Amino acid sequence: MQTPAGQGDAASGIHISVRGLKKRFGPKVVLDGVDLDVRRRSSLVIIGGSGTGKSVLIKCIIGLLAADSGEIVIDGEDTARLQGRAREALMAKFGMLFQGAALFDSLPVWENVAFGLIQGRGMARRKAREVALEKLAQVGLPEQVADLYPAELSGGMQKRVGLARAIAHEPEIILFDEPTTGLDPIMAAVIDELIVRTVRQVGATAITITHDMNSVRRIADEVAMIHQGRIIWHGPVERLENSGNAYVDQFIHGRAEGPIRMAVRR
Amino acid sequence: MNPLAHIGRAVLHLLAEIGRLALFLRDALVIGLLPRYYPRQLLVQMLRMGYHSLPVIGLTAFFTGGVLALQIYIGSSRFNAENLVSSIVALGIARELGPVLAGLMMAGRVSAAIAAEIGTMKVTEQLDALRTLATHPMKYLVGPRLLAGVITLPLLVLVADIIGIMGGFVVGTQKLGFNAGSYLANTVNFLKLEDVTSGLIKAAVFGFIIALMGCYHGFHSRGGAQGVGRATTNAVVSASILILAANYVLTATLFAD
Repeated sequence: MQTPAGQGDAASGIHISVRGLKKRFGPKVVLDGVDLDVRRRSSLVIIGGSGTGKSVLIKCIIGLLAADSGEIVIDGEDTARLQGRAREALMAKFGMLFQGAALFDSLPVWENVAFGLIQGRGMARRKAREVALEKLAQVGLPEQVADLYPAELSGGMQKRVGLARAIAHEPEIILFDEPTTGLDPIMAAVIDELIVRTVRQVGATAITITHDMNSVRRIADEVAMIHQGRIIWHGPVERLENSGNAYVDQFIHGRAEGPIRMAVRR
Repeated sequence: MNPLAHIGRAVLHLLAEIGRLALFLRDALVIGLLPRYYPRQLLVQMLRMGYHSLPVIGLTAFFTGGVLALQIYIGSSRFNAENLVSSIVALGIARELGPVLAGLMMAGRVSAAIAAEIGTMKVTEQLDALRTLATHPMKYLVGPRLLAGVITLPLLVLVADIIGIMGGFVVGTQKLGFNAGSYLANTVNFLKLEDVTSGLIKAAVFGFIIALMGCYHGFHSRGGAQGVGRATTNAVVSASILILAANYVLTATLFAD
């Protein structure tokens, strides 16, 4: 931790800085003033129970949801209120792996991976296919997979394809929405390892949300915990075990008793 | 429960729905129909909506033309005006039954398919995935479908007109004993170009409605498989009703003289 949070924007400094981010759906306040800094090329994992706003937070950061108020500064530019062309241009900096992989089931695997290159950037299909095969190899998938359709793949394979699609356009920031949910423990470990390796290869900043603690320990440089729409703890993964925070302790040890009460409704 | 509150809630709900639809329509027109374009998507949609609907449309039109000939024969024979059968079949098919029945069949076939496809994409986060790949769902999904609807439905209706009149011809000559030559001559002489074009203009409007309802309900579906099912039903019902309403309005305002 060379750079204290909140300072500097140099190459090794803060890549994404969220300030006072609020988001509500009708009467339900989901994000209630989130402050969060993410260092360039670091891997931040956001933990928190179901329905605490983890997904909403990363969807606000990438711009899939519009924040009600607050700032999301990326590379020194406030992006919270960008729209239209500027928003699309910003999207090029991002890659995202969705929870259910969200592959386009009408397209074969290789076109899924090459989608951003062909539709987003107008690359020729032949060339894009080559890039797609390269990316598939990078996530450990053989060439034969390229012409299959997503429905023909297992859950773990779909996650791999989703990862290949997320890194195809070499984004600066990659977001992972519960990458190991629904996978068996071995496949989860494989995907985690793959995430760590590819993020390092691409040289990207990574933000992962998960409630799988094994995953946290494998992926994270830093951990932030969100509870009731705020970040209540943020520190390096080494300090997770002795954070001195009762909420974090309850969460990482999975205790039913503690300060966190489960809400029944979302 | 307070009945006034009930009515109030229903009215508010309806107004909110109309507002959502208006906003969706604006986005669809402003974002969806401006560049950039996805010609491959347009082609795929036209094939799906148009080419693959030909059997359904053909059968519908054939039987409708046939039954029309039978019924009009019964009616016209009461006035000893049997020779009107061919002309009225042609008029009814071209002006009214071709576009409306084709529209309703397509509402069932195409609106439902669009709503189910986009609805599934929505609940599985594929719409979000599109946006993260710098592709606007309005441009990639909605624009091509709206255009395909407007282009293909008139083409389908043209086919339906021909096959419907043929259905009447087959029944008229085989069952009702008309002379083939005079039946055809009556059809051709009586039918005006305007009868056909008014039907085709209606068809273009219906095509727009069908695609719009499918896209709208797909985009606003939520809550997994059940939500997608509901979106599909709503798409078909609302497209059908809007087609019938638009049909009346168009006929009354543009084609009634």
